Amino acid sequence: MTTARTATRSATEAGDDIHGRETGFLWDLIVVAGRALRQIPRDPESMIPALIVPVFFFTVNLGSLQKVTRQAAGIDLKAFLLPVAIVFAVTGISRASSLVTDIQGGYFDRLCVTPVRRLALLLGLMVADFTLVVALTIPVLIVGFAVGVNFVTGVAGLIVFVLVAALWGLVFTGFPYAIALKTGNPAAVNSSFVLFFPLAFLTTTFVPKQALSGWLSTIATYNPVTYLLAGLRSLTSSGWDGTALFQALVAVAAVGVLSIGLALAALRGRVRRG
Amino acid sequence: MAEPAVLAEKIERRFDSVLAVAGVDLSVPEGQIYGFLGPNGAGKSTLVRMLCTLLLPTAGSARVAGYDVASEPQAVRLRIGVALQEAALDDRQTGRELLRLQGRLYGLHTSEIDRRLDDVLQMVDIGDAIDRRVATYSGGMKRRLDVAAALVHNPEVIFLDEPTTGLDPASRVAVWREVRKLNVERGTTIFLTTQYLEEADELADRVGIIADGRIVAEGTPDELKRSIGDDLIVARVEGADRQVAEALREVPGVHHVSVREGEVTLRAPDGAATMTPVAVALNHHQLTVHSLTLRTPTLDDVFLELTGGHIEHLEHVEAEEGQ
Repeated sequence: MTTARTATRSATEAGDDIHGRETGFLWDLIVVAGRALRQIPRDPESMIPALIVPVFFFTVNLGSLQKVTRQAAGIDLKAFLLPVAIVFAVTGISRASSLVTDIQGGYFDRLCVTPVRRLALLLGLMVADFTLVVALTIPVLIVGFAVGVNFVTGVAGLIVFVLVAALWGLVFTGFPYAIALKTGNPAAVNSSFVLFFPLAFLTTTFVPKQALSGWLSTIATYNPVTYLLAGLRSLTSSGWDGTALFQALVAVAAVGVLSIGLALAALRGRVRRG
Repeated sequence: MAEPAVLAEKIERRFDSVLAVAGVDLSVPEGQIYGFLGPNGAGKSTLVRMLCTLLLPTAGSARVAGYDVASEPQAVRLRIGVALQEAALDDRQTGRELLRLQGRLYGLHTSEIDRRLDDVLQMVDIGDAIDRRVATYSGGMKRRLDVAAALVHNPEVIFLDEPTTGLDPASRVAVWREVRKLNVERGTTIFLTTQYLEEADELADRVGIIADGRIVAEGTPDELKRSIGDDLIVARVEGADRQVAEALREVPGVHHVSVREGEVTLRAPDGAATMTPVAVALNHHQLTVHSLTLRTPTLDDVFLELTGGHIEHLEHVEAEEGQ
C-alpha cells in the first residue's frame, strides 16, 4: 500500500473545501435544543403522564373538596387548585431519561468529541424542556377555564402565570439531570420525581397556610412551593401582588441555584477528562 | 517536513493503580492508515480516547492534526472524526437527521451539509435506509452510519476504534472497502484500532502492536512478519506434549518449537527442507498427525513471538474471566 494518494474528483464538487469551524455558544445551544425538541414527539410516553396526571388530580380534587372547602374556608377552590395542577404538570418534565439513553449508548461521547461546548449539552436540553413545559400548561389551563377559573389579572397575568410556572419546571429539571449525569442510570432518573413529593404535599396544596396545623405550617414556611403557589394564586384570585410574585421568584431562584448547581457539577464530573 | 498527523510522546494513562497506557510513543504521518493491534484490555481504546480528547493523559503528551490534545482540545475536535468502539448513534433519529445534526455540531450551514452528505453517502453506502430510524438498522449499517457521521465535517484525521468488531464477514469487508476508499481517494489519515489480525494486515500501512499498555513492535505488516525471519511448520497432533516438543527441537533446521492446544508450531529458516525430517520425527514418536502445513508468518505469529500469547487466545481467556 502506498501513502501517495490521488483525488479522483474535483475538491469543490466533492465538498472537500468544507470543514468544521468554530461556532458560538448560542449556535451550540440552538443545535442541541433543536435535537431535543425533535425527539419530544417521538417520546410520547414521556409526555402523556404529564398531560393526564394534573388534569386528573385537578378534576378529582375539585369534585371531592369544593363543597367542603367553600363551607369551611370560603375560598374558590377552582382558582385555588389550578396553580397546583399547573405545578404538577410542569414539575419533573425533562429530557433526563433521553440523556441517560445517550450516555448508555455512547452517543454522549460522540457529542463530546465534537467541538460543541459542554454547557450547551445541558442547557440545550433545558431550553427544550422550557418549551415543553410551557406547552404542557395549555391543556391544564383549558380545563381550568372550562370549569370557570378566571384570571383577575387578565391576559398579562395569565402570561406571567405560565412563565413563572415554566421557570419552576425548568429549575426542577436540574435534579433529574444531576442524577442522569451522575449515575447514567434510568431507574435513578425515574425516581427523581420522589423529590417533589415533600415539596408538593408539605405545603398549601389543598388548604391555605392559616388552615395548616402547627408542624405542617412550620414546614410549609420553609417550603419554596408555598411561595410559588402563593405567587401563582395571587394572579388567579387576588390581583397583582408584587410581594407574592417576588417571593415566588426568589423561591424558584433558590431551588434553581441548588438544582442547576448540582446538574452543572454532575456535568463537570461526566465530561471531566481527568 | 510536515508535522505528523498523530504524534504521541511517552503518553501514559493511569486509572488509580492500573496503568492502562504505559508511555507510548507514536508518529503517524499524514495520509497513512495506522493499525493499532492488540487484544481486549491492551490499552487501545484508552489511547484512542486520549487522542480524541475524551481523556487527559496522566503523563506525556500528544498532538493530533498539529494541536495538543490536553491544552487545545477544541482545535483537535474540529479536525478529527471519531467512530468509537460501539456504534454511538441515536436510535430515535433517521440516518439523515443524525448526519445533518453532526454537520451542525461542526458549524456547517445547510447548503454545506447538503454537499457533504452527497459526498459522504457516495463514500459510505447506506442506501434507502438513510431516511429510516437508526433503530431499524442492522449492526453493519449502524457501523457504516457511524463512520459516515465521522466524515461529515471532512476531518483531517479519523479514529476508528474497532470498526468491525461484532460484524458479520460481509459487513466487515464492506467497512474495509469504505475505509480504504476514504484513504485512497481523500488521503485522510486513519488511526484504526483492531483486534483482528487480518484487518490490520489488509488495511494498515503501518501497524503498532500493543500489549499491557506498551507498544511492543511497530512497522509495516511485511516488516513485522519478516522480523520473525523463519518459515513456520504447524502440526496438529494428538497428544502433543513437552516431550514431543523436546524431540522436535532436535530435528536439524528447527529453531524454535511451541505447543498449544494440540498444535505444534516450529520455526525453520528453510521450511520446505525441514518438513520431511519433522514428519519422520513425529512418526518416530508414533503420534497421530491430523495435519502438517508449511506457511509464512502472520501478524498473529509476530504477536506470539513478542508477547508469548496468540491474540485470539488472549481474547478467549479474557472472555472467560469476564463470565
